[in-house]
Amino acid sequence: MASIEMKNIVKKYGDGFPAVNDVSLDIDEGEFMILVGPSGCGKSTLLRMIVGLEDITSGDMVIGGTRVNDKAPRERNLSMVFQNYALYPHLSVFENIAFPLRLAKVDDAEVQRRVNEAADVLELHEHLERKPANLSGGQRQRVAMGRAIVRQAEAFLFDEPLSNLDAKLRGQMRTEISRLQRRLGITTVYVTHDQTEAMTLGDRVCVLRKGKIQQVASPRELYEQPVNLFVAGFIGSPPMNFLPAQLEGSRLTTPFGDIELDERRAAAVAGRDLLLVGIRPEYFEDASLVDEAKRPLGSVFTARVDVTEWLGDSQFAYIPYEAPDEIRTQLRELSKELDSEELRTQAIVSIDATSRIREGRDAEFWLDSRKVHVFDPTTGDNLTRDADAGAELTRMAAEDRVEQVQSAEGEGISAA
Amino acid sequence: MRYLFRPPATEAAGLLSLPWHQPLEEWDEALLLEVPQRGISRHVVRFTASEGRVFALKEIAEPLARHEYALLAEFEGEGLPSVSVLGICVDRPDDQQAILVTRYLEYSMSYRYLFSGPRAADDPMKLLDTLVELLVRLHLAGVYWGDCSLSNTLFRLDAGTFTAYMVDAETAERHPTLSARKRAYDVDLARERVGAELMDLQAGELLSPEIDPIEIAESLPIRYEALWEEVTREEVFRADEQAIRVAERLQRINDLGFDVGEIELVTSGDGARLRVETRVAEPGQHRRELLRLTGLEVQENQAQRLLNDLRSYRAYLEQRGGSPVPEAVAGHRWVTEVYLPVVGAVPDELAGRLEPAEVFHEVLEHRWFLSEQAGFDVGTWVAVRSYVQNVLPRMPAQLTTPSVIAHRSEAR
Repeated sequence: MASIEMKNIVKKYGDGFPAVNDVSLDIDEGEFMILVGPSGCGKSTLLRMIVGLEDITSGDMVIGGTRVNDKAPRERNLSMVFQNYALYPHLSVFENIAFPLRLAKVDDAEVQRRVNEAADVLELHEHLERKPANLSGGQRQRVAMGRAIVRQAEAFLFDEPLSNLDAKLRGQMRTEISRLQRRLGITTVYVTHDQTEAMTLGDRVCVLRKGKIQQVASPRELYEQPVNLFVAGFIGSPPMNFLPAQLEGSRLTTPFGDIELDERRAAAVAGRDLLLVGIRPEYFEDASLVDEAKRPLGSVFTARVDVTEWLGDSQFAYIPYEAPDEIRTQLRELSKELDSEELRTQAIVSIDATSRIREGRDAEFWLDSRKVHVFDPTTGDNLTRDADAGAELTRMAAEDRVEQVQSAEGEGISAA
Repeated sequence: MRYLFRPPATEAAGLLSLPWHQPLEEWDEALLLEVPQRGISRHVVRFTASEGRVFALKEIAEPLARHEYALLAEFEGEGLPSVSVLGICVDRPDDQQAILVTRYLEYSMSYRYLFSGPRAADDPMKLLDTLVELLVRLHLAGVYWGDCSLSNTLFRLDAGTFTAYMVDAETAERHPTLSARKRAYDVDLARERVGAELMDLQAGELLSPEIDPIEIAESLPIRYEALWEEVTREEVFRADEQAIRVAERLQRINDLGFDVGEIELVTSGDGARLRVETRVAEPGQHRRELLRLTGLEVQENQAQRLLNDLRSYRAYLEQRGGSPVPEAVAGHRWVTEVYLPVVGAVPDELAGRLEPAEVFHEVLEHRWFLSEQAGFDVGTWVAVRSYVQNVLPRMPAQLTTPSVIAHRSEAR
């Protein structure tokens, strides 16, 4: 098991286009790091540079303290998990896990030891002597993981491993990978375009855009303290709403009424004219259902609801709004870049499932103004980001993680 | 549902009536064809026949299906040895995966048959070399396979030697050129897959006992490197040996079954540096020649063999008639008077075990063998009778190509 350090990594192709542009990222020993972003953001290229499949144009790739830029994939001792896994029908599950060791002529006692250890972690013990034909989908994937474990790789690498599975198996496997990674405590780098996978799996998530790192943080920090419009728009489903706003003193005028900023945020945005306010769907509520004590902490506005979606345990209302052309263009470009289809001049707001707000009628909404972020529409920067609060969220996640790894070690289960 | 087919796809018309809306696993067996000795697949794969042709259907996620469809079409256009793709069916109901349709590679054999059959122990390295050659060919074309294995390869006899075809391009990638890293990774994956596949056969007691899976797997990277080096290395030599060295090198590359697209010779005071650009497509000079003269479509080595026979037949006709016979006339007469009668001598129950051109090749071999024994030329017709009686029946019935099986069951 090893740490992975990337220092100013650049990947340029023949045409000079930088697919990865000056990426510096440290992945700690045992950490689960997600590389996420829309297609073309450079995440797969970055993973392939870790594996050794792509040449590194400049910068240093350091694995376990050793610079590996010039090392062939084999010499790096990393394991790409699930890639092209095949199960061999005549080999027992044991041998299906053991064969990489057999090919490497590892002696039998050692093979026994490693496979048995892996089978313990994977809960495959009772299947070891059987043929793989009757394994479930999840068990098959665990066999593939077993092969990676017995190799005693420095790190596990996953390249969109779940993208071609059906929804049910995808959900199962997500849980499985997360659980096993914590039990094994092995350094893991996982590439995905799916923000749900990113949020649920990673200790930290690295959001990439056009070859550059936007933000590296715990899922919660990304959600609550995004650095810019891109991260704010990418993380979260349904996505954050962006409303145009005019600034007057400490008050923002938006299509959904005025929002009063606190002192810190007012200072951060001072001196600007046109701004974008970012409001997550759950910061809204049906005004008639808001507790009297909470009501003064936000603002109330009236808007006509276009569509409502009632999902039993939750409900969403869609509220169109007007925006100046420059904001429209900006938002359209953002949607395009995020591979999302909606044009965002319609807010998606979450309201209580019991709310009687109905389509095509005016309704009164409450907006929790404490948590809104304000963005510069030109640069996309989050002007109101609280870096300290963000860092605190990531620190807490790291603490939880250490605790989990220790408890796994306490159970006497680890990869190597 | 949406069907995307690549022309010529008239043969696809018959496929449209199949129950594409159902999962492949639930298709009525009457619509399907049992194809023995298949490799290992992660997906549901089924076979079906339509208008005398056999198709492989693979259920696979739509992005992968589209990717594989596009790549296989590209490979076929360039003459890379891969299966021929017909089309895909997408937007199936209930969020089902797409289906990729490829034309079954007739007269092909799987590694399962080849490594377990009676001839396997003769020279397993030869079989490995055909796989290595395929990989080198793909790498020269900038193709990273990502899943090179025996399961993903089919083998076809070509005048006694084997040619390997890529069957599965799901993980393949196309690059302008392939870096040494990607090649190395691809070879490493191949080594491991081949080793595991042979260990699997061994565990199923399907592998000739003389074959050691680990030894074969270990030799794959070595053999790959040797061939890659042979077809790509730059050579430096003295000016006075230039002519002979260039000719030798080209001959060697041709002998290995590769064509040379371009050679670049840079001379300086102390000698010359030779760089060859090895062509990736299957060599096709004899194939094209035979097609032009006879309309027969066969593989390259077979074509060479058939052309030789055609030429000697032409000489025989000229000698007998005492006047020159035009090439085209000789071609036509050879087909009707020699080729078709020979391949037509195969009785129905033995049909489909070997490709007709391969039967012809084997008859020529058999004729040579009988003549050696007899001390005189026994002639083609004696050879044909003896071959059909004594040699061809030894080819196992399980090799019968699916289109012939389909034809038989339709006739019944």
